[in-house]
Amino acid sequence: MTARTLTRVAAATAAATLLGAGLVACSDGGSPGGSPDGSGPGGGADAIEAALEAGGSITYWTWTPSAEAQVAAFEEAYPNVDVTLVDTGGANDNNIKLQNAISAGSGAPDVVQLEYQALPQFMIADSLVDLTDYGFGDLEPLYTPSTWASVSQDGIWGLPQDSGPMALFYNKRVFDEFGLEVPTTWDEYIDAGRALQAADPEYYITNDSGTDAGFGTAMIWQAGGRPFAVDGENVTIDLEDEGAQRWADSWSTLVQEDLVSQIAGWSDEWFAGLASGKIATLPIGAWMPGVFESGTQAGAGDWRVAPMPTYDGGEPVTAENGGSAQVVTQQSDNPALAAGFLQWLNSSDESIQVFLDKGGFPATVKELNSEEFLSHQSDFFGGQEINRVLVDAANSVGTGWQYLPWQAYANSVYADAVGPVYLDQGDINDGLVAWQEQNVTYGTQQGFTVGE
Amino acid sequence: MTTSTAPLAGARQGRGIAASTVQERRRSPRDWRGWIFVGPFMAVFALTFLAPVLYSLFLSVFQTKLIGGTQFVGLDNYVQAFTDPKFLEGAGRVTLFLAVQVPVMLTLALAAALAIDSRRLAGASFFRIGLFLPYAVPGVVAVLMWGFIYSPRMGLTGNINDLLGADVLAPFSPPWILVAIGNIVTWEFVGYNMLIFYAALRTIPEELYEAAALDGAGQFRTVRSIKLPALRGAITIATIFSIIGSFQLFNEPNILRSLAPSLISTYYTPNMYAYNLSFLGQQVNYAATIAIVMGVATAVIAYVVQLRGMRREQR
Repeated sequence: MTARTLTRVAAATAAATLLGAGLVACSDGGSPGGSPDGSGPGGGADAIEAALEAGGSITYWTWTPSAEAQVAAFEEAYPNVDVTLVDTGGANDNNIKLQNAISAGSGAPDVVQLEYQALPQFMIADSLVDLTDYGFGDLEPLYTPSTWASVSQDGIWGLPQDSGPMALFYNKRVFDEFGLEVPTTWDEYIDAGRALQAADPEYYITNDSGTDAGFGTAMIWQAGGRPFAVDGENVTIDLEDEGAQRWADSWSTLVQEDLVSQIAGWSDEWFAGLASGKIATLPIGAWMPGVFESGTQAGAGDWRVAPMPTYDGGEPVTAENGGSAQVVTQQSDNPALAAGFLQWLNSSDESIQVFLDKGGFPATVKELNSEEFLSHQSDFFGGQEINRVLVDAANSVGTGWQYLPWQAYANSVYADAVGPVYLDQGDINDGLVAWQEQNVTYGTQQGFTVGE
Repeated sequence: MTTSTAPLAGARQGRGIAASTVQERRRSPRDWRGWIFVGPFMAVFALTFLAPVLYSLFLSVFQTKLIGGTQFVGLDNYVQAFTDPKFLEGAGRVTLFLAVQVPVMLTLALAAALAIDSRRLAGASFFRIGLFLPYAVPGVVAVLMWGFIYSPRMGLTGNINDLLGADVLAPFSPPWILVAIGNIVTWEFVGYNMLIFYAALRTIPEELYEAAALDGAGQFRTVRSIKLPALRGAITIATIFSIIGSFQLFNEPNILRSLAPSLISTYYTPNMYAYNLSFLGQQVNYAATIAIVMGVATAVIAYVVQLRGMRREQR
């Protein structure tokens, strides 16, 4: 017994040591550092035509619901090209997979979807192909200024697929039931929250647990904050600028008075709360209607869309919340063909129509202004012509916003810094200061010159 | 054997003592046949265990930056780890978890094993299977299930609170979240540890019980004088497994995080920290350092437990 026991114990001890290290070992297949050297782009617009004609096969990673239909339409139009579609499930998994493939030096797709906020991170690491040489500069007029600005910094790194100008989604049934007016300023919004809680403590004006960085940054953006300034390797971070404080001050009131539900977004409870109207409003990106229709059918007919409340009751101003572009990676063996697919995917009428049919919110000016799109009456929203509100939002996005070159990482630690403040019902400004510190540390570690 | 060792023996025949050739044979340094048998294992072992460890060690002495590329930094990463409040917080948390959850779980498992082995329990095999079943539930599924049970609005917790008319249970709150995780882990692994103990109890020879009965020992005396001493080896093993499990705590908090992101940070446990450093922060080198530090710490503690367990057994 003793001898056997000892062998087993020894094996267990060895396994313990090794398993811990094994976790990390599988995370990075490549040598430390060094981005793969892609074949340099070249050839211009003619090269695209030639490549599409010659055909070949490419891989496309995305989590867009319409991707399958779009790829099918593309392969019909260009029968020589074979597109392998991989559904990466969502932005986070997509980025992790892509980062691993890039670190490993192989395995990355030719074309991949990236959120606007994740784009700089991959751009700065030389993982993407500059599409300027393929004549993509000519496509600029097709897109809204804010989305085009997101893909073009010192080059053209992708084409916008969609956009997420923020609007205020609200549950009209709940508003009517409790006799509330749709708020046009954030002060009115806070009052509506108080009225709702006073009438029935089960109802909250909205949900926010201080864990969704995309929401926090968009709200700072809407409040006029421009906390991040990036100039090459020089980054300035000021999460206590006027706009950031304006948002944090007013939103802290909601948190401190317990007017927001701290349900985490995208959880089952969240969908249930939206369906029942116990989460009565949602300031969120214009891509939300599709999510509403697929996730909260029980609330059909109850919801409406209004412009975002403002701080001063003046000119409407909003921000982008999410939205993504497709890019071509340096690992692509056939960047001309990949660029050809990308061009068709995000600028051809045919592809964009498929995208719209699946409930997407476009980034292209023509579709945004088409009467057909604007006058579409949504059954889920009680027949409201929601696109008019959302397109107005798209046209009033505040300019001059920049994301950090490591925004994906920054967002992942937002909950560490800001979440505890929500739990303690404290001052959100404190959370933002903590988040700033984490980002300054990380940026400095990564070799940037970070100013505050 | 003789064919290959004969020349060897011949070469050393200066000593000329026949009896010593037996010893010579055994010591023969050129006999590689043993390696042929362990070779396949060693190859797999080297590839899947040694290589990753060495690679992690290699990674841990470099730093890769978005700007500036990769640099050799010696032990800088290790120095950073030991002064990193996030890492220390996570390590402290799993240590606390280890100190509280493991004794609770093993005591429950021991009690269950003794009860099932007592032969006074009706439907013992039903209890055995029933207790063991949670271990068969995939960890992710188990955590998701508990996540629903814990939910204050939709889950069982909410129902109980409604019934009592007050928020008595609040697993998703700062003081209780670690307890809630401990509860899940206990539920998952009590049956597993019970089975280890039960198997050890079954190896006790029947004669001992008979002798004890003749000496007039009751159930509790039998437990104290026969069963518990016989279980020492098994308890050592179960403790070591549990130490490893605690230090590697990952699945439960990582999955609950999607339900309660503000309660569980990205560095809640060292393994979560390493995972997030590497997959979200692209700090593979530092993640490797964290993993190695935790691996060594686990090995040391497990080794201490092993030594103590061994000493007891020899007594």
